[in-house]
Amino acid sequence: MAQNTRTVPVGTPTDVTQNHVKGGIGESTLRPDGTLKVTGEFAYSSDMWHEDMLWGQILRSTVAHAEIVSIDTSEALTMDGVYAVLTHEDLPAAKNYGMEFQDTPVLAYGKVRHHGEPVALVAADHPETARRAAAKIKIEYRELPVITDEASALAPDAILVHENRDDHHSGHVPHPNIVHRQPIIRGNADEAAKRADVIVKGEYTFGMQDQAFLGPESGLAVPAEDGGVDLYVATQWLHSDLKQIAPCLGLPEEKVRMTMAGVGGAFGGREDISMQILASILALRTGKPVKMVYNRYESFFGHVHRHPAKLYYEHGATKDGKLTHMKCKIVLDGGAYASSTASVVGNASSLSVGPYVVEDVEIEAIGLYTNNPPCGAMRGFGAVQACFAYEAQMDKLAAKLGMDPVELRQLNAMEQGTIMPTGQVVDSPAPVAELLRRVKARPMPPERQWETAGEGADVRALPGGLSNTSHGEGVVRGVGYAVGIKNVGFSEGFDDYSTAKIRIEVINGEAVATVHTAMAEVGQGGVTIHAQIARTELGVQQVTIHPADTQVGSAGSTSAGRQTYMTGGAIKNSCEIVREKVLEIGRRKFGSYHPAWANAELLLEGGKVVTDGGEALATIADVLEDQAVEVEEEWRHRPTQAFDLVTGQGDGHVQYAFAAHRAVVEVDTELGLVKVIELACAQDVGKAVNPLSVVGQIQGGTTQGLGVAVMEEIIVDPKTAKVRNPSFTDYLIPTILDTPTIPVDYLELADPNAPYGVRGIGEAPTLSSTPAVLAAIRAATGLELNKTPVRPEALTGTL
Amino acid sequence: MRVNFTVNGRPQEADDVWEGESLLYVLRERLGLPGSKNACEQGECGSCTVRLDGVPVCSCLVAAGQVEGREVVTVEGLAEFAKEREAHGGCATGACGTSVDAAKKWEAKPQDSQTGEGIELSPIQQAFIDAGAVQCGFCTPGLLVAADEMLERNPSPTDADIREALSGNLCRCTGYEKILDAVRLAAARQERQGEAV
Repeated sequence: MAQNTRTVPVGTPTDVTQNHVKGGIGESTLRPDGTLKVTGEFAYSSDMWHEDMLWGQILRSTVAHAEIVSIDTSEALTMDGVYAVLTHEDLPAAKNYGMEFQDTPVLAYGKVRHHGEPVALVAADHPETARRAAAKIKIEYRELPVITDEASALAPDAILVHENRDDHHSGHVPHPNIVHRQPIIRGNADEAAKRADVIVKGEYTFGMQDQAFLGPESGLAVPAEDGGVDLYVATQWLHSDLKQIAPCLGLPEEKVRMTMAGVGGAFGGREDISMQILASILALRTGKPVKMVYNRYESFFGHVHRHPAKLYYEHGATKDGKLTHMKCKIVLDGGAYASSTASVVGNASSLSVGPYVVEDVEIEAIGLYTNNPPCGAMRGFGAVQACFAYEAQMDKLAAKLGMDPVELRQLNAMEQGTIMPTGQVVDSPAPVAELLRRVKARPMPPERQWETAGEGADVRALPGGLSNTSHGEGVVRGVGYAVGIKNVGFSEGFDDYSTAKIRIEVINGEAVATVHTAMAEVGQGGVTIHAQIARTELGVQQVTIHPADTQVGSAGSTSAGRQTYMTGGAIKNSCEIVREKVLEIGRRKFGSYHPAWANAELLLEGGKVVTDGGEALATIADVLEDQAVEVEEEWRHRPTQAFDLVTGQGDGHVQYAFAAHRAVVEVDTELGLVKVIELACAQDVGKAVNPLSVVGQIQGGTTQGLGVAVMEEIIVDPKTAKVRNPSFTDYLIPTILDTPTIPVDYLELADPNAPYGVRGIGEAPTLSSTPAVLAAIRAATGLELNKTPVRPEALTGTL
Repeated sequence: MRVNFTVNGRPQEADDVWEGESLLYVLRERLGLPGSKNACEQGECGSCTVRLDGVPVCSCLVAAGQVEGREVVTVEGLAEFAKEREAHGGCATGACGTSVDAAKKWEAKPQDSQTGEGIELSPIQQAFIDAGAVQCGFCTPGLLVAADEMLERNPSPTDADIREALSGNLCRCTGYEKILDAVRLAAARQERQGEAV
């Protein structure tokens, strides 16, 4: 410790006054990366460049299910500019990887199991040379029958997608083509059904959605002198990648140094490995830096999608609208490799009842292995599909009872203290009825907005838009409501933690904090919030956010709405330890000059040490002088439990999040064209750490739900299991013309278990948005509509 | 082949260009200007929007050879371009941009958290930051170029005008609300500035 040589310490109450730093939690501070992003200077993973670098190219399977008879790389190898052509025979170490199951081949060997599976690999000095060389590789396939749904997967003579399974679920599943099965039994649904005055049943189909992040899978692998590799990639979880990459390279983890490159959106699609291992293998093999960038076509094959699902529901109610029971079966198509299918099954099952009180339930969710594209994480993670179905059921039930659909929901709404079907008590605010009340109370957008004074219709305000298909003829308005429940954080007993390294030191006379985590900034604004937390906890104005890398402990994934809670919590925790150390130094240095050092509750505020009474004792700069304090600590949320494999009982989730939507749509009933006029959302966010970012998250999540409702679906040919629309020409996501105004009303009901009371916000709005739009279209058309997305054919009876 | 053209007011010469290369590829990989983005490379997303002789185009759909002798403005030159336009009473040909000082190749390096303070921004760039219109930011360069061009033509756009002008630019993060806010904000500031003059 530096010796304090002053006889009278600088920073006594005479010259120190209390003040607060700007930009703490609760303020809409602006993004630290904003300027770089608007000037084009922000370096995304596809912008990486290195002297003398090569370009990597993957050759992917053209068939969905086949034995590989032979691979001939000889012609590709002779091309000018080609440095390497690799197949599974060239893999240096482990041949498989995976997040939960190590079932995914780095390069296919023996068999290919889905359309677009990586089979061979090229490095060349120009991307076009690499593409042409890949096209010269000859692969002979012997095609196998494709497994595409529950019936073909579980048929008596079904081919096993994976033979000799030996994973943590293979022992309990009823069939090897089932990745995981999670039942939940509570009460007695058959008995309770006898009390029902009305029963509604429904069968629902949820299409395969793509994350469609705009920044393609990409990155740069640079071979290092120590035989290792430096990898710059866009991912959601550096340390999970590292754990999967190192064994496939045959390297110890410390020789694979990963740094986060700029991430162009994620939404779950970057939780699994894409080009990380392949670029590293090429770099190690050629001894040159290797860049890989997928184009959009390849990106549709380059990451997992949202599980398409079949959902079978039965609800009963008494004539006054109280739910008696619920039975459901949810079949999720996991595709050829497991990815996070097992966890998605757990979510779908445990959240299948929705935000409602139902004491007697019989629930079953399964995830299949098929030869369809692999499915895994996407915003909403298993809860989205269920919400679409149970909310349709609520409307059906209301219609049958002759009740208002919002009143029916409010009558059965869960609240704090409700017991979930898993037996878990919802022990923090659950304002389900209030969220519905808020969206319903909102004024309606005016009708016939397309009418202009004295002129013709403004077609831009009509279904069909500038296609000029209607001037208002046949256009009918409909209004629909929905509400949903999503878990936050990693569930089912997973050891979920984050790590924060915090340093405080004096630079140019000012106390400055550095926050170092491995958190993936994927656009959500975590970097903004990290600085806000450090300012609040340490009372310093200037905070530097260190680049995310593997030189610090794991932050866990940027998914499950968990980062503000988890890495935010880790930063808060590490800051508290730093603060204690700073105060300890202050006490040793200045304690004898003022009794408050020993007696009072001390805080760091406005660059100073202050008492809880507001008296300033010293500046942090004077306390620290040339000394730095640094702390790296892991932080965990409260533990969760696995769900029982037979009854589904267990305190499986960390926290629940709730959002409600009201959709107002106008439908051209003759052409089946839909225009969503307004999509209002109300959500409990616990604590709005950055209100501007909160609203941005809710609007973005809402829009992804809108996309599923009316346009988004990866279409897989059921005969061949081939993807038919891998492009933005044929896979449509909402444009600014398709997206309505999205008014947001958020509540801040603190969760006492969470840092600052925060509640994960990113996912819940993606749930209820889709069923609200479907309900509104049903209201406008009177059609049943049990499938997403709703296409014009479904509205005009030409399907 | 060799292609000579002007980027952000600065004459550029690209050598060894393969005939199939797009303007986007030449900007990103040969001229060290990766600001124009490669989200779809098939003209569907607008993330690579640049101005070619003043007209917004998807640079992924323009063959490099087609820009011989022409003027290109990218997001990297947008601030300078807006400044020049201000000084010269709204020139929209693409010829009024001036040079960016750092049109050089990046070396791969870890992303640091520098805030970019002190960098001069155009009004539309500033409005995107202030309104919260930037999340992952991958769509941002293309949207900025398109929005800047619309405000040049139509300084007081209605919401319907903004939606129409930006309908070729996909964004996956924001739900577009804050992008609308940003364009409204830039238009309002522009108007206030006009009144002050």
